[in-house]
Amino acid sequence: MKVTLFIPCFVDLMYPQVAISMVKILERLGHEVECPEEIACCGQPAFNSGYWDEARTVAIRALERLQSSEVVVIASGSCGAMLRVFYPELFAGTPQAETARALARKCYEFSDFLVTKLGVTDLGARFPAKVTFHDGCHGLRELQEHSQPRQLLAKVQGLELLELKEKVCCGFGGTFAAKFPMISTAMGEVKCAQAQETGAEYIVSNDSSCLMHIQGLLDRAGSRLKTMHLAEILAKGI
Amino acid sequence: MKTFALDFKTQAAQLTADLRHRGLIQTALSKYEAVRDKTRGAFQDWPSARQAAAETKWEAINHLDRYLTEFVTKLEARGTKVHWASTGAQAREIILGILRDKKARSIVKSKSMTSEEIHLNEALAAEGLEVVESDLGEFIVQLRKEAPYHIVFPAMHLTRGEISELFTRELGSTPTQSPEDLTMTARRVLRQKYLAADVGFTGANFAVAETGMISITENEGNARLTAALPKVMVTLLGIEKILPRLEDLALFLPMLATMGTGQALTCYNSLYGGPRQPGEPDGPEEYHVVLLDNRRTELLADGEQRDSLHCIRCGACLNVCPIFRNVGGHTYGTTYSGPIGAVITPHLRGLQEWKHLSYASSLCGACTETCPVKINLHHHLLQNRRNACHSKPSFGERLAFRGFAFIFSRPAWYAFVRRAGRLLQKLHPLVKGTSLDPARSWTRTRELPPIARQTFKEYWRTRRTDPAMKHNRSVTRSGP
Amino acid sequence: MTERDKILARIREALTVRAPYPGPEHEGAPPAAPTSPPTAGARQWLPSVGAGLDARLALFCQNAAALKMDFHLARGRDGLAGLLVGMRDTEGWRRVGVHRGELTDFACGKLGLPLCRTDDGYAVSELESCDIGLTECDALIAQTGSVLVTSRSAGGRALSVLPPHHVVLARRDQLLGDLPEAFALLKQRYAANFPSFISVITGPSRTGDIERILVLGAHGPKKLTVVCLQD
Repeated sequence: MKVTLFIPCFVDLMYPQVAISMVKILERLGHEVECPEEIACCGQPAFNSGYWDEARTVAIRALERLQSSEVVVIASGSCGAMLRVFYPELFAGTPQAETARALARKCYEFSDFLVTKLGVTDLGARFPAKVTFHDGCHGLRELQEHSQPRQLLAKVQGLELLELKEKVCCGFGGTFAAKFPMISTAMGEVKCAQAQETGAEYIVSNDSSCLMHIQGLLDRAGSRLKTMHLAEILAKGI
Repeated sequence: MKTFALDFKTQAAQLTADLRHRGLIQTALSKYEAVRDKTRGAFQDWPSARQAAAETKWEAINHLDRYLTEFVTKLEARGTKVHWASTGAQAREIILGILRDKKARSIVKSKSMTSEEIHLNEALAAEGLEVVESDLGEFIVQLRKEAPYHIVFPAMHLTRGEISELFTRELGSTPTQSPEDLTMTARRVLRQKYLAADVGFTGANFAVAETGMISITENEGNARLTAALPKVMVTLLGIEKILPRLEDLALFLPMLATMGTGQALTCYNSLYGGPRQPGEPDGPEEYHVVLLDNRRTELLADGEQRDSLHCIRCGACLNVCPIFRNVGGHTYGTTYSGPIGAVITPHLRGLQEWKHLSYASSLCGACTETCPVKINLHHHLLQNRRNACHSKPSFGERLAFRGFAFIFSRPAWYAFVRRAGRLLQKLHPLVKGTSLDPARSWTRTRELPPIARQTFKEYWRTRRTDPAMKHNRSVTRSGP
Repeated sequence: MTERDKILARIREALTVRAPYPGPEHEGAPPAAPTSPPTAGARQWLPSVGAGLDARLALFCQNAAALKMDFHLARGRDGLAGLLVGMRDTEGWRRVGVHRGELTDFACGKLGLPLCRTDDGYAVSELESCDIGLTECDALIAQTGSVLVTSRSAGGRALSVLPPHHVVLARRDQLLGDLPEAFALLKQRYAANFPSFISVITGPSRTGDIERILVLGAHGPKKLTVVCLQD
């Protein structure tokens, strides 16, 4: 398959190793990977803030570039939700409405692509550590990714998964983190405390934006807990 | 106009720093969650129940004129006086009119969030009427001169110690650590009120069109007493409370109980279809029902968000909302808090004045996931944001997003901003944490990750031009 | 134009805009010609109740225990009399609030206590001084451990809620399986002329308003007893 990998802006700028891990994995599985450089962002910041015209200006570039792709794999749950769930809403009633709907049908978040589309759960990865998994809200609720990440983690040799006591938002929420920092921080503190309680060494997620927020709090608190993206773990062993 | 937003932020800042308060809410809600999960788990098929409930409310709301008319016709046929109020002010006037006409002096009330919405108690007090809230939680917050904290648990934020102090101060009772003793004190005090009240005032959970009855759900029995003893009974309800058929309650009552309190069924689910009928030994001689619009018809006209009128006021969305859990009910500063409050308040009280409630959300979607009638709550928050920007965009913000749109749709500009970003990051430590720090809202409590020495796009470009890199196993080191 | 006309006009105007039908399977459009109401299938989704009277009785007992409601099965009229007299003595009843009915009349005959009958009107202070409110009922509901009463079957609105102990006399054949059955019964029995008050009672009065701690007897009866006669 020719896989078009959509790299969110924060992954490009701050967590390139996440994207590189994904490329490695996809190529190891025998697929050709392309990463369109002309797409910088899915447009979610403007969309979430209520500036849908401005969001469309950015999103239309993604739409135009991706409409001819065979399949689009997105390197985060939040951008995945933007393309798959919110593009049809954003472009409803515009000339691009049908294109957006067609694109949505061929978009997958990374872990969903591996498990649901490719039927792959075992990548031969090895990561002996105690790990807890944070479900990014967009992936969990917009994209219905309840089991895919866990199916992948279950096949990682040496990995022990210790579940968090509840699936609750970490508090990032995009512009929310800057607009309501005290609420965002409180929510993040609850998440970090719950992670601490599990006894895990790593907090893993399929959304780097969540991890950016959680790691930021952990660093400020001087915690020994480390965050890692699911793809980075899965690439260990390739 | 902006003070509601400022109040919200100030209160939120205070309460998120109050760990004792956060702990209290967390404890209350985790007890609820355990019971709710068990009760919901007993359903043979919760998803189908949810879908049927959503369809039933869709039917009721999308044929509201028909069902409302049927409801009123049936009620009037058995002697109920039905009043229609377009606004809260009209509703207050109608109710005051009834009270004046009856020369009423004392009113006993059972729980009604709709009456909070129209600030009824203040209006009645201003007339010199004695109004006593009979629901224990409402009675407690009424004594404290506070608004209810949560639409189902009005006194969720108080400890027994605080309630004991309150009762000692206001009722002269002996201090106690026993919730049982406190409840018995309230029972004793309120008993006298039921027996002496001229008028019993209630809200309603549902309005059954087919049989012309209102349905009241409660655990304590105070609404039953309110509807049994006084000579005059008045019920206030929003026009959206309609259900088409009597048998719809067979599903709605257990779903309301499950999501509201984690009970299979609330203690008393009672239907009232009129004043005392011939042959009945008791009940009010006069029954008035006041139907309230108060901008619900505006919400009705919004095809996208009409389903927020399906709300059965169970409070489940409040209970799962991480924002609610951290800032509490009073912070919202309005009758309906939590996700449903954030959705409907801009419609009922003004978009520009209340849009901040729709912004104060990470859009996690837990509310939508839990709602027993499948209201698309978090998508409505996005729609409110869009509507607010459309009708009155903020100049600075629009400029910023225009800039964002310009840069992020042009690769060359994006690359330039990336280079500038690297430079700014080097200078950032100089201002970090100070009032000059542009990232202050982040850095006040969190560390910021650096821009990678080689971003992915830079790596990819290099890889494209150097085929040997394709099979290079090493990963570029960057980030924490 | 009355306020009623204005509101109905606004509603009709608002409804000229369409709202999507819930559920992704419908893709926003309501079904063409629904043959039955959406809630018709409730029985299949609500908690299961088991088949047969014995299973239902067991479920009712289970629920009663969880609700802290007392439940007794009385074998024959003698059994019923014995139970009630026993309760009278244990709890020290001195005055009984009651309404006329086949079972309640029989019970009053056996109890031999002063009565406050609600049927022909009563003084609230008199009812307030009763130790128990003795009533019949329309049905018992196994699914939830509930008692279905109306102002017609249970002596009015106050009798079953004002005295501190509500005692219900039921017959075994009044035990229904689930809530849909209960609402069907109401329609079948009263459709021509509904009572002005109907209530589904599920346990003694309670509150969790103070720190979510359960306290019984908030305003309504602190004690609820169901005596079920098996002839």
